Amino acid sequence: MQKEAMIENDFCITFSTVNGSGSATANITLMRALFRMGIPVSGKNIFPSNIQGQPTWFTLRLSKKGYLGRVKEDDIVVAMNPVTLAKDINALVPGGVMLIPDDLTCPQLRDDIVIYKMPVRKILKEANVTPAFRDYLANMVYVGVLASLLKIEIDQIKGALEYHFKGSQKAVESNFETVKLAFDWAEENLEKQDRYITSRMNGTEGYIMTDGNTAAALGAIYGGVQFISWYPITPATSLAETLHEYLPKLRVDPQTGKDTFAIVQSEDELAAIGMVIGAGWGGLRAMTSTSGPGLSLMTEYIGLAYYAEVPVVIWDVQRVGPSTGMPTRTSQGDLTMVNFMSHGDSQMLIIIPGTIQECFEFGWKAFDIAERFQTPVVVLSDLDFGMNQWMTKKFEYPDKPIDRGKVLWEDDLDKMLEQNNGIWGRYLDVDGDGIPYRTLPGNQHPRSGHFVRGTSHDEFANYSEDGDVWVHNFDRIKKKIELARESLPEPVKVMREGADIGIISSGSVDSALLEACDLLAEDGIKTDYLRIRGIPFSKDVWDFIYDHRLTYVVEMNRDGQLSQLLTMDFPDVAYKLRKVAYMDGLPLPAKWIKKQIQESEENLSW
Amino acid sequence: MVTSTGQTTNLVGLTRADYRGAPSTLCQGCGHNSIAAQITAACFEMNLIPEKVVKFSGIGCSSKSPTYFLGRSFSFNGLHGRMPSLALGAQFADRTLEAIGVSGDGDTASIGFGQFKHLVRRNLPLVYIIENNGVYGLTKGQFSATAEKGLQLKRQGTNPFLPVDLAMEALIANATFVARSFAGDPKQVKELIKAAIAHQGIAVIDIISPCVTFHNHENSFHSYSFGKTHEEQLHEISLVLAREEITVEDFERGTTKEVTMFDGSTVVLKKLESEYDPRDKIQALKKLQEAEDNNWLLTGLIFVDPEVPTLFDKYNIPETPMNRLPVEKLRPVRSTLDEINNAMF
Repeated sequence: MQKEAMIENDFCITFSTVNGSGSATANITLMRALFRMGIPVSGKNIFPSNIQGQPTWFTLRLSKKGYLGRVKEDDIVVAMNPVTLAKDINALVPGGVMLIPDDLTCPQLRDDIVIYKMPVRKILKEANVTPAFRDYLANMVYVGVLASLLKIEIDQIKGALEYHFKGSQKAVESNFETVKLAFDWAEENLEKQDRYITSRMNGTEGYIMTDGNTAAALGAIYGGVQFISWYPITPATSLAETLHEYLPKLRVDPQTGKDTFAIVQSEDELAAIGMVIGAGWGGLRAMTSTSGPGLSLMTEYIGLAYYAEVPVVIWDVQRVGPSTGMPTRTSQGDLTMVNFMSHGDSQMLIIIPGTIQECFEFGWKAFDIAERFQTPVVVLSDLDFGMNQWMTKKFEYPDKPIDRGKVLWEDDLDKMLEQNNGIWGRYLDVDGDGIPYRTLPGNQHPRSGHFVRGTSHDEFANYSEDGDVWVHNFDRIKKKIELARESLPEPVKVMREGADIGIISSGSVDSALLEACDLLAEDGIKTDYLRIRGIPFSKDVWDFIYDHRLTYVVEMNRDGQLSQLLTMDFPDVAYKLRKVAYMDGLPLPAKWIKKQIQESEENLSW
Repeated sequence: MVTSTGQTTNLVGLTRADYRGAPSTLCQGCGHNSIAAQITAACFEMNLIPEKVVKFSGIGCSSKSPTYFLGRSFSFNGLHGRMPSLALGAQFADRTLEAIGVSGDGDTASIGFGQFKHLVRRNLPLVYIIENNGVYGLTKGQFSATAEKGLQLKRQGTNPFLPVDLAMEALIANATFVARSFAGDPKQVKELIKAAIAHQGIAVIDIISPCVTFHNHENSFHSYSFGKTHEEQLHEISLVLAREEITVEDFERGTTKEVTMFDGSTVVLKKLESEYDPRDKIQALKKLQEAEDNNWLLTGLIFVDPEVPTLFDKYNIPETPMNRLPVEKLRPVRSTLDEINNAMF
């Protein structure tokens, strides 16, 4: 077996367990240890909408080239769940490895894989673990065995455990003892028959490990968020919880000892968005975080915010819909719904982070955009970003000062009235950019007060049912939204010399796409890749489509929603677009993307 | 005080005209107009500065009302039934403002029932006025959830359901101020609004406000004739501001009860009949049930607990408006992010 070349730092391990069994600690510990060895890693948690007792999988990918996308095939399976053994064994590549507790019967369906049996019970007995913790610590056995088989540095495992159990030395010791016993047992008793190995490298310098919801929450804190209202929903919950955790540490005014923020857990999403819009109108940087079903409930109020021109930030951490769909699986299925959110004509400003670092960046930028344009900004994330651990470049401190947009306090209003012959109206387009000036409740200037409403209104916020007044005001809103095209985060392009086809994508698909482009290039298909980060699209996107023979639009939904929006916005070049859309709840693998484009190109060349 | 033009001014130097809103577009004789007039009067008498007041409403005839008083104040007319959440968020922006919300029975007892109860539970400092007419006026007369059982409508037939009692609902949700009044009794309406303004937490006033167009049938609970003949006042009520030198001499000794509000002002209740203590929740619930059983329109201050901490007391936010915090206070310094990066494994 050892005659074949070893596979170093470039394989995928899947841990098949039962949810609620404490495997998450073991898995994240291994991931962190590998990260500390400088090996690029990514982890995907595939879990049920359930608290205890159902099958769950964690896939840990090591990639020396730094690819972070999901891989469908398993090189190593740690099979702790008897229920899924048969399925798990079939996911293995030829030459793959299966680790299995020695009291489970392995269905001998394959002779092209290596099977190692782990004496889990025996080791736990040696470790003298109290029965209550035995199930949890069973997972530490495979950590130790893998450390031995793959040459994972045992000190890094200890370091990862210390990080995980911050301050609880007892927990670190009991876990590490089990790891060490399993490691020692494997060193003495297992003869290595497989080809997988790890070794220290320098691939994680300047990176941190975190998840998208944490990044988003921290970004919002550095963006000066002042008011949050939210309602629990998978996969967005941890975003708000992170705000609860970090705001008291970061946003207490040292001079007064008072909080510069407030969080309300609302009774439902209808109330969450109502509170946020009230606060946004009041002049606070206000946000909510939710997922598809919550967003559906919020749409009526968001339409009001669009029309009454109230800045708010909404994070949509997408899951599979419609309806309850697959609450614990990822998707990019909310795009068109968000774009047109509300009845009547409307168009939201959408920004889409494509990395975890961008989740942080857009976390703060979203407020500047919302207040500059006085409109809702929806940040589209997804479960893959929000709930999985990623390695990402360190968060960068905002490079721009906070922009509160066009706000008039007492003195500002005096000046405005002086410069404009005593005229000011809440919805008056003073600068010709479609963006009016707003005063905030509490402003003591006798001319500042006005009546904001979702009903038709004129430039002075007075009720009016005059058709011309409606058109005039509504066209102005369109004008400012159009203006936003070139103000939202610009597309990111990865160009290849000599490429004549393009790929457009957005969001978390990025990790797989970067890899897919390389795979295509290896097969002689050169592609340019443009990642959209803002909708409405900038002109750059039109140019990109125009400049390429064909452009594949790759996305994680059934209908090709990004492709639909591009088609509507750029009908003159839409004939060049090709939809590559698929959604089964799991992140798209690079190989699948490559296959779709390769097959299409081969068919075309006939 | 009197201005040079002969107009009376209040303690903040404003005249009644400073509290007016736009002319009403509601039907002639609508109970809501009378309520708007009493809000105007109450704000004048309470010496509020219009710029220090913020108004909220939902959707429906009632929710148009904020247009008709305090034209200089900021106001937000939101969505049907969703005024509570809007007000809550907005009030965090500047907690120093006096907030007045106007809602209807469709707004509060139906589509916004959940938000109403949760707002009450949180004790947001808001004067929450329900202009309750038992009917959907703006859609031309359908049953609301407060319409009484057996009511007849031409197209819908007979209402088979018991009505929602909003005062009772507020009490059960732990409201700290619950009152009921009748739009045809402007003096009581005004005094209750004044007391509500003096109250530091949520103040729910359910005002039976007849719909003259769709729902003013002789025997209907929500009609003028019913209110005039069936109104059962718990007491006569009068609010005495802390800084006023008026004493309670107007009231006969032995028949009055005083409740000191958090701001130091006093609600004086003149007894009409039995001993009634509006700080006794059980008694309040009994009284409401008794009124329902006897088909009385029970009015007055039903319950008050002036001491309960408000929503804002549960937060460590500044006393000063949060919407005036300078941007420097909103972004943590650079070194904190370095620490976070270092802690992210």
